[in-house]
Amino acid sequence: MIKHFFKKLGFSSAPFAGGIQPDMQKWTESSAIEICPLPPLLIVPMKQHIGQACSSLVKVGDHVLRGQKIAKAEGYVSVPVHAPTSGKVIKIEEHAIPHPSGMGLASIFIEPDGLDERDTSLQPITDWQNMDVGALRERVRVCGIAGLGGAAFPTFIKLVQDQRNPIETVILNGIECEPFLTNDHRLMVEHSQEILHGMKIIMHMVGAKQGIIAIEDNKADAIQSMQDTVDDANIEGLNIHVRVLPTRYPQGSEKQLIEVIIGKQVPAGKLPMHVGVICQNIGTTKAIYEAVVLGYPLTERVMTVSGDAVPNKGNLLVRLGTSMRFIYAQRGLENFEGLQILHGGPMMGERLRHPDIPVIKSSTGLLALSQDFFKQAHAVEEPCIRCGHCSEACPIGLTPNLLADHCRNEQLEKAADYHLFDCIECGACSYVCPSHIPLVHYFRFGKGQAAQVRREQNFAEASRQRSESRDTRIQREKDEKAAKRKKVRATHAPTPTEAEQGKE
Amino acid sequence: MLIHLSSPHIHSGDSIRSQMMSVIWALIPAALVSVYIFGWLAVLQISSCMLACLATEWLTLKWMGRSTSPIGDASAALTGLLLALTLPALTPWWMTILGGIFAIGLGKQVYGGLGYNPFNPALSARIILLISFPLQMTTWIIPLHASLSGLNLYDVSLAWTLFTSGIAALPQAVDAMTMASPLGYVKTAWTQGIGANEALQTYHYSYLNAFIGREAGSLGETSALALLLGGIYLLARHTITWHIPFSFLATVAVLAATANTLDPNHYTPPLFHLLAGGLMLCVFFMATDPVSSPVTPVGQLVFGVGCGVITWSIRTWGGYPEGAMFAVVLMNCAVPLIDHYCRPKVYGQARKKA
Repeated sequence: MIKHFFKKLGFSSAPFAGGIQPDMQKWTESSAIEICPLPPLLIVPMKQHIGQACSSLVKVGDHVLRGQKIAKAEGYVSVPVHAPTSGKVIKIEEHAIPHPSGMGLASIFIEPDGLDERDTSLQPITDWQNMDVGALRERVRVCGIAGLGGAAFPTFIKLVQDQRNPIETVILNGIECEPFLTNDHRLMVEHSQEILHGMKIIMHMVGAKQGIIAIEDNKADAIQSMQDTVDDANIEGLNIHVRVLPTRYPQGSEKQLIEVIIGKQVPAGKLPMHVGVICQNIGTTKAIYEAVVLGYPLTERVMTVSGDAVPNKGNLLVRLGTSMRFIYAQRGLENFEGLQILHGGPMMGERLRHPDIPVIKSSTGLLALSQDFFKQAHAVEEPCIRCGHCSEACPIGLTPNLLADHCRNEQLEKAADYHLFDCIECGACSYVCPSHIPLVHYFRFGKGQAAQVRREQNFAEASRQRSESRDTRIQREKDEKAAKRKKVRATHAPTPTEAEQGKE
Repeated sequence: MLIHLSSPHIHSGDSIRSQMMSVIWALIPAALVSVYIFGWLAVLQISSCMLACLATEWLTLKWMGRSTSPIGDASAALTGLLLALTLPALTPWWMTILGGIFAIGLGKQVYGGLGYNPFNPALSARIILLISFPLQMTTWIIPLHASLSGLNLYDVSLAWTLFTSGIAALPQAVDAMTMASPLGYVKTAWTQGIGANEALQTYHYSYLNAFIGREAGSLGETSALALLLGGIYLLARHTITWHIPFSFLATVAVLAATANTLDPNHYTPPLFHLLAGGLMLCVFFMATDPVSSPVTPVGQLVFGVGCGVITWSIRTWGGYPEGAMFAVVLMNCAVPLIDHYCRPKVYGQARKKA
């Protein structure tokens, strides 16, 4: 209540708690999207989303077409993978994927034939307004669409109509609050028609009454472009609006954005749909448009190639499976000595050990930073001076310095009590820490340790249950045998009814 | 090496040193005022105290076999400066140096160095000195009137003599050169049955003098204006937040105003409280010391209120005229408890019933 009072007095103008204002360094905001040439080899990992990995549908030597399904989804939280261009499958083996550990995953190696022939088995759907929602949802799934904002959660799962949780609002996330990244920005400037069309499809699919396109105020041309497109479209009487928000990290985080737009928080353990909202990324929305209206599966994406070590920065339309080394070479960077290469933005992206890694659906950006940039971030850890800047920056309302202590000491119950599992790993706390404490790193460690403990507990629980059920089985068998013996005897004894009557 | 793979990969560029340096910059106005009022004596006190703190930091780190690099984070220098500003101008040199040793040795390094001390190091040293040497710690030279009495503190040799030989070196009777602080005077008067209004009149107390620094007091505590400027600088630089200063000052003001309205002759007015003694220094520089204050905004408000209540209570009913520093140190004890119970509301979680 006190907080509310001060908010009214203007002490805190931030619409969501915490947040930071890093130097945005959007150097590529006015570079038009360029098409990256086809590389000599495409390496397509069989998992490019959150969820189960796919299983291959092709074998070495097969000829594939662009958009042909080459790996099928396994399980519910999964989407298929498609060939990014036409060519020959030359091998299927493990290859490094974008992951800080340098881990590998089964991948399909395709040698392009240069013809870039499309698989035309999916028909364009132009009258989607009259289509069954379930069929549209299936289209989004078979086209392999996963969130292109970085998390790569299978999109079709969110596009559902549920009587108990009707969706009121579709929020189009044009925030792009990570420094350096400008791919969504450029998409809004250059492809506003397709994005708006995609948004209408989404609103139709979930039955939403209103749509909001949220853009931060540092993207004037994107705001203008989307506003113009919406103005033209609103003649049709659509309830879609552009909302301009002050620039603040991590506003693009789903939960924070929802709070800003509808003024309600998503309760812990619930999904945005439980407050009647779904959020979609700009690139994903365009991909939905292409999947439905053009019948194109997801085979390419726009990514920002930037960083002070990249001579020719820009926004590129890249085929999934293109090697990062190839992309860097296209932009004039070949020597990676002393550089830090990042997959994604500098706040939440992963640092990669080498650039011989393919682009996947979650690749929002590719950065190469020189020593000047990362020496500050990775300076030697000093003792915490309890300045509280981390608590102030935390958009979730955690006390990161106290939480980090519990994680470091592996006091996992205490850490859970301090809401370790509510942390979204946005990195705002580490960013502001004057003692250069890698707070987020401690939280990841704590989460990992807790998961390990849970696995062990589950294992112990399973053993206990096995042993218990064995005991009950033995007991049951014993009882059955005893009952049998009794029965044999009972044939010579009075019937049970007679015995009961006798008792009475 | 593995740590370096973890995001985020950029940083605000803030450091412990930059935090400490901004507090040092914020103390410059108060230090300049002290030099203006107390001349070379202030320069001698401040520099010897800072040197004592730095030397103690270096020696203790060496002794413990630790890296001496923390000496560069400016935290020891800041402690020295802060402690010096709480000392009366006539503090004997060995007492100043002892204070510096106490501050860093007993106030900070015994707990494990920077970040681990439960109390503000400068304040704990100041309290040790006050309790050990009550006379010297409450002997204040008459500010600005000094030259009228033929005491030219801009004269290096005179300042040096005073610094090294103490009050005994004063050319005239001690009483003529020194006086009680307004807080001390009112307190003494009260014990003699003299009302607050009358006491302030006989003291020739003026709010303006107290604001700009012409009443008696420690080196850096005389001018509320200079300290206020420093505090505003810290708020603007975002080194501190408004929570502690606001709640601390507001609590003192509200309590004083209420009591003063009820019985004006018994209780001094709120403005007197706000401008008197080391309150401003404690509010902006001691209570806001990050290490020994709460982390969360609500916790900081609670902390400030606690400081305010204790300050006013000690000033009104306690044995010492000034209670601000005791208040801060007492509230320092409660910080872990406050932090535990005043955690912010977590996104999407129902607020816990504490």
